[in-house]
This record gives sequence, structure tokens and C-alpha cells, in this order.
Amino acid sequence: MTQLILFNVFNGLIIGAFYALMALGLSLILNLSGVINFAHGGFLAIGGYLAYTLIPYLGFWGALIASPFLVAGIGVLVERVLIRRLYGRDPLYSLLLTFGLAFMIEDGTRFIWGAQSLPFSIPSWLSRPLSYQYFFLTGYRVFMVLLVGAAVAGLFLILNYTRLGIRIRAGTLDLETVSVLGVNVRVLRNLNFGLGIYLAGLAGVLAAGMLGLQPTVGDSLIMPSFIAIIVGGLGSLPGTLLGGLLIGVASGVTSVFFPSASEAVIYMMMAAVLIVRPRGLLGEEGRF
Amino acid sequence: MPKLDKRTADALIWALLLTAPFWLTQVGGYVELGSRVLIYALAAMALNFLLGYTGVLSFGHAAYFGLGAYGTALTIKLLYPSTPAGMLVGIVVGTAAAAIIGLLIVRLRGVYFAMCTIAFGQVFYFIAFRWFSLTHGDDGVSAWHRMPINLGFTTIDILQNNKSFYYFVLTVFAASAGAIAFLLRSPFGRTLLAIRENERRARFLGIPVDRHIWMSWVISCFFVSIAGTLYALLNDFVDPRALRWDQSGNFVIMAVLGGMRSFWGPLIGAAIFLVLQDYISSETENWMSFIGLFFVLVVLFFPRGVLGIIRRRTAS
Repeated sequence: MTQLILFNVFNGLIIGAFYALMALGLSLILNLSGVINFAHGGFLAIGGYLAYTLIPYLGFWGALIASPFLVAGIGVLVERVLIRRLYGRDPLYSLLLTFGLAFMIEDGTRFIWGAQSLPFSIPSWLSRPLSYQYFFLTGYRVFMVLLVGAAVAGLFLILNYTRLGIRIRAGTLDLETVSVLGVNVRVLRNLNFGLGIYLAGLAGVLAAGMLGLQPTVGDSLIMPSFIAIIVGGLGSLPGTLLGGLLIGVASGVTSVFFPSASEAVIYMMMAAVLIVRPRGLLGEEGRF
Repeated sequence: MPKLDKRTADALIWALLLTAPFWLTQVGGYVELGSRVLIYALAAMALNFLLGYTGVLSFGHAAYFGLGAYGTALTIKLLYPSTPAGMLVGIVVGTAAAAIIGLLIVRLRGVYFAMCTIAFGQVFYFIAFRWFSLTHGDDGVSAWHRMPINLGFTTIDILQNNKSFYYFVLTVFAASAGAIAFLLRSPFGRTLLAIRENERRARFLGIPVDRHIWMSWVISCFFVSIAGTLYALLNDFVDPRALRWDQSGNFVIMAVLGGMRSFWGPLIGAAIFLVLQDYISSETENWMSFIGLFFVLVVLFFPRGVLGIIRRRTAS
């Protein structure tokens, strides 16, 4: 029984790490630009598929490094051409636009790579269990948790110690002042969008190794990511991280006792947070 | 463009709707398409009550649409084989769910409100998807059909005769549209406009803003669940896609495409969207890309919608 619970807690932690990666990217974009990026799941899928295509040329490690950067490049381009036009307008329009983008990306990946689920090979030494008693601790899963941890740590280092990161954080608080101080806000938002999409691409490669590849791979991850942001608190990146891990573990633990309620539980958590603390666990007062 | 007097425009629209089963087949359509346009138009008008007239963005209306549909289908199939009974249950279920969820989110605004409506919208999708013993999950609720309506002195056969089903839908649509128009013209509707234009000022005037937004939300979801019940009756079938998030997006794009600030905008948006979808999905397998592209183009080039553009032309 302890083993079963441990297994599900660990599973939940992994799923939560995915949610957190997705939600951090969404949150970055939402905080600085006020855009809810519905196409985030689509960018995740592109990340996975690009890695699949690159593996024969670059190997697993090369693809793992290259694919997220390529996806981020696509994201930067999309922001440049489409999303930039909608800043300062009713959030309705950016939602509809990214909604349309999500449709196009899902259909596009189906067109290019086919509707069938594709196998995604990871190095064999990574897929072995680490111990017999804890059979669920395969190398890949541990590696994934470590990598997500490194990515999150990297993100917070960037945000705290680089000029770009500090400007992003400042822009989140007061974009106008940042602009007046001579920062090119257009470039800032562009790079910030790319950074958010990079995280989606990275999550895509990792998810492909665990869940396989279908055009709808991002669909099952995007709603929980929204909930992670709501639970953690809008405007707070640590909150988003906490929210993601929390709902992941909660749904993992619930699946031990009531497997069919593993999705319902995260919505109940969201409802509870909205009743008790509408701004979210670590959200700032009066921001929204 | 000749200037259209408002009353003439209204009369024209009703005349077109009343005669639709006769001219639709002439122009290459079919009667079911007319019924579908009316149903989606009602849903989009219901959404627009909130979006266009209260200024609150919901991206989760498919949930209440789908609850109406499931309520109807399950009632007719399992409880009592009567169309009005099914509709009643569907509407009550959809509206009650909206009333509860409305309480949770009514304090939020803007993007945050929109995000919570999206997230809560998915709850019902998962329930419909997972509760296999009741809803048959992904396969949907089938093996039932709408029942002829017994008025006592006569029976209206909406099952076999698709023209009488169209007129049945039109009757419900007309009653709902009339009710929406009445609400918008009432002091309550004017208060909603005031909240849309300047929430802070409305609050200073002593208007209980949260309560008004909650009421507007529940009314909007009430009408959208009526549309949902009709949707189930139209197809004699309902599956979880009726309450998925892409359905919510369709409602929003219809309202925007037609013109959010006008009463008939959502009807026009629904007609354009459904005819286009019907055409594209019969021409190509990649219709999703085209619908997605359509979303992008509407946002970039027609943010005011068809009626918004016409109104601007005639004004200048």
C-alpha cells in the first residue's frame, strides 16, 4: 500500500512538473502582455514532434536541446506577426486569435506527421527501472524531474540576475514606466513570449518521451495549467509553480482511492481556492 | 448602401426566418442547416447578453449548452419520453449549475474571469466523459429521439417532419429573442450597459455590481441552455463535444463576427460561420486549419463584426 501511494505521489509529482512548466510559460506571457495563450498546448506538441524529426540526425540529446529553441523561434515569429497587433486591446481578441492558432497547429501537426500516435524512443539506459522494489522509478522519470527542476531554477535565475529577466519582472509591475526609462518594450515582450514558448517546447519533448506523440498531446495539459495559475495566484510565478505541483500531487493521490475523480479533484481545489482566497494562494491583492 | 430603418430591418429578418424552409433548398442549403443556425444563433445571442451588453467575457458557455443538451437527452431516454419534460430538465440543470459556478467567479474581472470560465467549463466535459454508466463517455447518449409534441387538441410531429421541427425551433428562438430584447430594454438592462461602460462609476451610483453581473451571467446561461436542449433534439444525440472548449470559442467568434454591440449580430455571425463550416468540412479534411485561419482573420480584420462595419459606414 505504501508502495502504491508512493508510486502515485511520484507520478503526480511528474505530472505536476509538466503542469508547472506549461503554466510558468503561460504565466510569463499573461503577466507581461495580458494575453492568455490558448495555443500553448499546440506549441508543446510542435516541440515533441520536432524532436521526433530531429532525433535521427542529432540523437536524443541533440534534439532535446535543439527542439525547444526552434519552437521558441516559431513563437517569436508568431508574436512578431500576429499577437503584437493585439496588445492593449480587449483580451477577447487575443484569446480568439490564439484559439484559432491552436486549431491550426493541431491540424497542421496532423497534416505533417499524421494522426496516429508516434513512438518516441528514449535512450535505453534511461528507461530502465533504478530499483526492483520501487519499479516505477525509471531513469527517465527521475531524469525528467531533475531536468524540470533545472529548467525552473534556470528560469528564476534568469528572472533575478540577468538584465532581461529584471526588465521582464519590472515590466510585469509597470510596463509604462519601464518603457519611459528607455527599454524597448516591443523587444521585451517579444523575447518574453519566446521564453514562455521555450518552456512549452521543453515540456513537449519530455512529454513525448512519456506519453507518446499525438496531435492532441497538449490538450490534456493546458486546462490543468490554467488551473495551476488560478490556484497559485495570477501574477505570481512562484505561485504558479506551487499550483502546478500541488494539483499534480493531489490528482496523483486521488487516483489511488478514486481513480475516476482524479480530474475532478483539481477543479474542486480551484473552487475551494476561489471561495477562500479569490486571488490565489500567492497572488497579490488587487491585481485582478 | 441604402439606410435601413431599424424596424424595417427587424421585419426583414423575421420574414427571412419565417420563410427559410422554402428558400433554403433553392439556394443549395437544407432545412436542418436552418435549424442549426437558429440554435447556434440563440446560443451566441445568449452569450452576447453577457459579452456585448454587460462587458464580461465568458469562454465557458459550452458547459451550460452541453448540460442543457445532456439533461434533455437523458430525461427523454431514461425518465420520461416527452420533449417538453426533457427541455425543462435540461434548462433547470444548466441554469442551476451556472448559478452555483457564478457565485464562485463573480468577484473576478477581465482575463481572470475569462480564465475561470474556461477552467470551470471543462469540469462538465470531464464528468460527461468519465461517467460512463450514465453518459456512455465518448460514445455519447444515443438510442433516443425527440417526441412529437402533444398540445391536447392536436399533435405536432416534430420528429418526422423537419419543417415542423424548424418552426418549433423558430418558436422557441422567437420567444427567447423577445425575452432578451425585453430584458435589454428594461431598467435592469440599462444598468448592465452602465456597468459595461464604467464599472467604477456604476458602483459609486450605488448599483450592486457583483449581483448584477451574477444575474446577467445566470440569464445568459439560462438562454444558452435552452439552445443546448434544442441542439440535443436536433441531433437526437449528444456527446461530450457539445460541452468542450472549442464549442465555447465558436459561440464567441459568432458574436464577434456578427457584431457584439448589435442585437442581431450573433444571428448573422452564426449564419456565416455555420454555412462556411458546412462548406469547408465537405470540401477538405483539413477544415480545422481553415476554421482556425478564419478566427485569426476575423480578429485581425473584422474585430467590429459585420454589423459594426455596416453601422460605421452608414454613420459616416
